[in-house]
Amino acid sequence: MDKFEDIKKILLSTFGEDLIVGEDLSCTPKAILIKADKIYTICQELFQNKEMYFDSLSCLTGIDNGSEKDTMEVVYNLYSIPFEISLMLKVEIDRKNPEVPSVTSIWQTANWHEREAYDLLGIHFTGHPDMRRILMPADWEGHPLRKDYEEPLEYRGMETVRREDD
Amino acid sequence: MKQDNQLNSGGVIVSKLEDLTNWARLSSIWPMGFGLACCAIEMMGSMASGYDLDRYGVIPRASPRLSDVMIVAGTVTYKMADRVRRLYEQMSEPRYVISMGSCANCGGPYWEHGYHVVKGVDKIIPVDVYVPGCPPRPEALIGGIIKLREKIEGESLIAPRLLINSMKEKV
Amino acid sequence: MPEIQYKYHKDNLKKSEPNIYNKDNLRTEEMVINIGPQHPSTHGVLRLEVVTDGEIVVDVVPHLGYLHRCFEKHGESVPFNQVIPFVDRMDYVASMNNEHAYVMGVERMLGIQDQIPKRIEYIRVLVAELNRIASHFVAIGTYGLDIGAVTPFLWLMRDREHILRMLEWVSGARMLYNYIWIGGLYYDLPVGFEERCAEFINYLKPKLVELDNVLVNNKIFVDRTANIGVLDRNLAINNGVTGPMLRSTGLKFDLRRVDGYSVYPELDFNIPVGKGEMGQTGDCWDRTWVRAEECKESVKIIEQCLSKLLGEHKRTKEFDPRQFAPKKIRPKAQDLYVRSENPKGEVGFFFRADGRSDIAVRCKARSCCFSNLSILPELSKGYMVADLIAIVGSLDLVLGEVDR
Repeated sequence: MDKFEDIKKILLSTFGEDLIVGEDLSCTPKAILIKADKIYTICQELFQNKEMYFDSLSCLTGIDNGSEKDTMEVVYNLYSIPFEISLMLKVEIDRKNPEVPSVTSIWQTANWHEREAYDLLGIHFTGHPDMRRILMPADWEGHPLRKDYEEPLEYRGMETVRREDD
Repeated sequence: MKQDNQLNSGGVIVSKLEDLTNWARLSSIWPMGFGLACCAIEMMGSMASGYDLDRYGVIPRASPRLSDVMIVAGTVTYKMADRVRRLYEQMSEPRYVISMGSCANCGGPYWEHGYHVVKGVDKIIPVDVYVPGCPPRPEALIGGIIKLREKIEGESLIAPRLLINSMKEKV
Repeated sequence: MPEIQYKYHKDNLKKSEPNIYNKDNLRTEEMVINIGPQHPSTHGVLRLEVVTDGEIVVDVVPHLGYLHRCFEKHGESVPFNQVIPFVDRMDYVASMNNEHAYVMGVERMLGIQDQIPKRIEYIRVLVAELNRIASHFVAIGTYGLDIGAVTPFLWLMRDREHILRMLEWVSGARMLYNYIWIGGLYYDLPVGFEERCAEFINYLKPKLVELDNVLVNNKIFVDRTANIGVLDRNLAINNGVTGPMLRSTGLKFDLRRVDGYSVYPELDFNIPVGKGEMGQTGDCWDRTWVRAEECKESVKIIEQCLSKLLGEHKRTKEFDPRQFAPKKIRPKAQDLYVRSENPKGEVGFFFRADGRSDIAVRCKARSCCFSNLSILPELSKGYMVADLIAIVGSLDLVLGEVDR
């Protein structure tokens, strides 16, 4: 659609070809793929640009692609209230050492969303003011939403076995 | 209720002390409503005007120190398990536990893939009455309270509950 | 008569025995109070760590996760149509709205969103709006209970019982319905439902006026909630706050009008926006007022749906609500983000399907109460502890959705 092409043109003219890896048109809303370490500058531009003021971050998702592909992804869903445009940004990172710059200083929504992504998937967000677990107990080991997660056999003495005969 | 009713002898009723104290205790069960999840809304609904629980003598209290029964309504997670145990230990004897809803009975719909859900609150505290349902209707909760009343009716002053249970096992 | 010879002067006491301590050299320390996961106000298991300087709140740290029920793990292990009961249990007071959002997302992924018959869409909107009224009743009723007003709670619960009985007649369960299925519904509306619903709406209209008189315009309620917890509009948008909280700051943003999903473009209703009548725009009173006004708008929507369901889209013998429910739900490989207007805010689902199986690769729920709770530290600095309770009540939290 027009708006998506306009946004892509503005970003390409501001930053050049090397920051933007590609686009994915089968998504709803359409997505732009970005290099991981430049996500902060691009988000700042999207937030401050007068023609496409993306003032709200709807959702920040972490995805684990498994140990064969050995990557993890972070997906940002942005929405602009005055211009009524939706945009999706995707970032791909390495699975063994996942690190992404944090966008908390642009949108405060990201504060708790990034803590949740760290808690459940283990993705570190550099520059986050308060990186600790939010949903799981603080002394839990492991990151539950990973594809190769195995549950501990007990926690505080309570077994996690599912009994079929109880 | 076995009472020798001799009202024609000047208003004197002869009864066993156990029956009287049990009758007093079961007529005013004060729960600490431990509302955790969806079952809490049904518990609130059964204490409100549609299905009044006040006519059974049940008044919800806030603090564990002054309540008789703890109604565990909702899913218990591992993070909450420490707190459930601490609240149970803060209640004073004689104390009872009603496990309301299928999440508190056995883990509920989260039994298979829930890594953070305790599969049944009876892994943490001893439970007296289980009320099934997801969520149980208010009538089911009232039925659970009536079952608890029947259980209290059969208690004995001389030997405490745990001792009777262990003596039954030996015999 | 002996005469009184004592001469009074206001500094007599201080001159005869002066104090050692006075206001300037006294140290006050801050206290940490724990409003623990079990508390009698009915919001659920939320733990607040409050740092106070005397009675004034300096900082609030919310601790979550006491009801984390692993929804996203279930979304990755269970087929699409079997996730609907888990979606119900996220926001358990407004289950139909959650189901509506999830089912809309899967239908868009499959590409069948234009084939759903109009009667099914009108029934979905009808039950969603009934559930919106029920959810606002719980919110306003328990808020009154926190403030100290017990009577509106009992009256609203009585009216909510009528809604629950009607929804039980439709779907079989009082609270967690599993009624809206992918591609249709579980069953059609029972015979006689439309007439009974119209009677209920006539019964409810004077009760909403009564609610205004008893609680919302009550002088004690106004004194407790006006000018408390004032939310600034830019802060709200930056923190991801949506729903009645955002509308109370003066921004007319309702996803039913902005996105125009389902049959909402054909219905006529207003969007109440906070004006700051009793205090400032965006305070606690405004949020309660917006919710009470939304109940009246929902009544309008229900009346229009009922007239359509009795008129153009009447029930016929050949109508089968499961006709378009696909037997195999295998969407093509794509990512999708769908959002809809829950009574508490914007509920969104992010799906990733890989085209090879009928289980989602990733299903993330963006919950409104999670983002609404994150502004609590900034809203409550400088108020007293009793005002903190009023602010927490006006946020309208359901912990099942915060922790998922």
